[in-house]
Amino acid sequence: MSLAAEVRVRRGPLAVALDLEVDDGGVLAVLGPNGAGKSTLLRVLAGLLEPDDARVLVDGVVWDDVAAGVHLPAHRRPLGMVFQDHLLFPHLSVTENVAFGLRCRGVRRAAARAAAGEWLARVGLDGLGDRRPGALSGGQAQRVALARALVGAPALLLLDEPLSALDARTRLTVRAELRRHLGEFAGSTVLVTHDPVDAMALADRVLVVEDGAVVQAGTPADVSRHPRTDYVARLVGLSLLPGVASGRRVRLDGGGVVAVAEEADGPVFAAVRPESVALFLSRPDGSPRNVWPVRLTGATPHGATVRCELDGEVPLVADVTAAAFAEMGLAPGARVWAAVKASEVAVYTR
Amino acid sequence: MSRHRGGVPAPLLVPALLAVAFLVLPLAGLLVRAPWPDLLPQLTTPAVGEALRLSLVSATLATLVSLVLGVPLAWVLARTRARGRSLLRALVTVPLVLPPVVGGVALFLVLGRQGLLGRWLDEAFGVTVPFTTTAVVIAETFVAMPFLVISVEGALRAADVRFDDAAATLGADRWTTFRRVTLPLVAPGIAAGAVLCWARALGEFGATITFAGNFPGTTQTMPLAVYLALQQEPEAAIVLSLVLLAVSLATLLLLRDRWLGRASVSA
Repeated sequence: MSLAAEVRVRRGPLAVALDLEVDDGGVLAVLGPNGAGKSTLLRVLAGLLEPDDARVLVDGVVWDDVAAGVHLPAHRRPLGMVFQDHLLFPHLSVTENVAFGLRCRGVRRAAARAAAGEWLARVGLDGLGDRRPGALSGGQAQRVALARALVGAPALLLLDEPLSALDARTRLTVRAELRRHLGEFAGSTVLVTHDPVDAMALADRVLVVEDGAVVQAGTPADVSRHPRTDYVARLVGLSLLPGVASGRRVRLDGGGVVAVAEEADGPVFAAVRPESVALFLSRPDGSPRNVWPVRLTGATPHGATVRCELDGEVPLVADVTAAAFAEMGLAPGARVWAAVKASEVAVYTR
Repeated sequence: MSRHRGGVPAPLLVPALLAVAFLVLPLAGLLVRAPWPDLLPQLTTPAVGEALRLSLVSATLATLVSLVLGVPLAWVLARTRARGRSLLRALVTVPLVLPPVVGGVALFLVLGRQGLLGRWLDEAFGVTVPFTTTAVVIAETFVAMPFLVISVEGALRAADVRFDDAAATLGADRWTTFRRVTLPLVAPGIAAGAVLCWARALGEFGATITFAGNFPGTTQTMPLAVYLALQQEPEAAIVLSLVLLAVSLATLLLLRDRWLGRASVSA
C-alpha cells in the first residue's frame, strides 16, 4: 500500500502546490505553521475538497486525476481520518461511533459492533462502549477517534493535528500510543502537525511546508540537522535521542548515557533543543551536566546564530551565537565539548 | 433614576410593564369572563367536539406535510451553494409576512375549479380541492410550513458541517449522512420547528376561510368556530377561545420541556 500525490489547489490568497509519496507502512509528517496549506492538503487527499489540479494514487488506484476528470468522492475512498477535535458523533454511543464506518460499508450490525469492541479494547477503552462521547475525557475521545479511523483497515490514514487539542500530560501518553498503533498499521499515514515533536516522534519522513510549498523534505534527523531555512531551523532543531530510562538516567540506544531531571522508566526519547547545548574548547569543570566530546561536522549560519552539527557518542545539534562561533575559532572537523544541563533535557515516552 | 447594578431605568421599566399588561390582560379577561359552571356542557356539545377534532387532525396533517417537504427544503437552503438561493429563501418565506387571506386567494386561483392546476385535476381525475378538509390542510400547510423551514434551516446552519466531513471519510454518502448524522444532530431544532408549525396551523384563519370555506364538520376549524360563535352566542366563543388558549400554553410548555430536556442531556 502506498500513496503518491501531486496536489495543486488555490484557497483564497494561498496557492498550495505539494507533491508527496508515502510507502507501505510509512508515516509522513507534514509540518508547518498554521495557514501553510497542510489541512487543505489533507482535505484534498480525503476527497472533501476538489483540487484545481491533482493526481492522487493509492495502491495504484486513481483517487484524483483532474486532467482525466477522475474524482473519487470521499465516501468511496478507503481511508480513515482523525480530526483535531475528534468529531465523534455526539448522538451515538462510543461503540456506535466506531462501528459507523463499517455499517456504512455494509457490515452487519452484530459484526460491526464486535469489530468496534475489539478496537476499543486495542486502544485501551474496554468497557466504555456504551458511553456518549460527551462523557469522555479529551484523551479518551481521541483514542476513540483513532479506533473509528482504523477499524475499517483503510489504505490511507490521515491525521489532522491529532494531539494538539490535548493537554500536555495527556498528549505524552496518547502520542506514545499513537506511535505504537502507527507501527502496526500496514497502510500509508499522512500526519499534519505544527508540533515538531509530533513529527519527530511519529514520522519516518518529514515534509516541511510553508506558504503552500515544500521548503524541506527528509528523515526527521536529516531535517533537524540540516535545516534549509531559518524557519525550519527554528521549528525543528530538536535532537531526539531514543533510549531506555531508569530513574534519572537514560541509556541511549546508540550508546552513551544522558542525565535527566525527571524520573522515567522504560523506552523514551530524550529531547534536546539546540539552544540548550553549550560548546566548550576544553572540558568544562564539575557540575551535574551532561558532557560529551564531539566533533563539529557542519555549521550553517542562520541569522545571528550558527547551527552546529555535532557527531560523537551522542549526536547533537547546537545553536551558538555567530560571535561565540568566531571567538572559539570553530571550523568543521574541530573537536569540542558539548554540555547540556539535565534540566534542559525533556523526556518523552515512546 | 436608578443606575446601580440590577436596577431598571424608569424609561425602560414603565413601557416594559405596559407591554406585559397589554399582552397579559386580554388573556386574563378571557379567564374572568369565562362561564365556568357551563364550561363542561359547552365543551361536550357535538359542534365544539367536531371543530376541535377537525382542528387537531388538520393541523397535525399540515405539520406532517411540512416536515416531509420542509426539512429537505431547509437542507437545500442551508447546505447547498445553489445559485439564487437567497431569492429562493425570500420566496419560500413570503407566506410568513403575507396576509393569510391573500394566501387563500392565491391558493384558490391555483387549485380552484377554474384554477391553473385545479382545472386539470377536475378534468383528469374529477377531483375538486376547495371547500374540503384537504383544502384546510393545504391552506394551513401554506401558512405554517415557512415557520418550520426557517427554524430547521437555522438549526442546520448552527450544526457543525465538519460532522458531515467526518461521516464522509467513514464511507457515508450524503443521504446516509443526512439520515444518520445531520438529522439526529438537528432533531431538537426540527422538533421546535414542528411545534411552532403545528401551533401556527392550529390558529390558521384567513387562508382557511378563503380557500376552504366554513362548513361544520369538514372545514370549520376552531378559529372559524370561535369567530362564528362570537356573533351568535358569545359564551360559546369564550369557551372555544379558552380551549385554544389551553392548547397554546400546552404547546409552549412542551417546547420548553423539550429544549430544557435536550440541554441537560447534552451538557
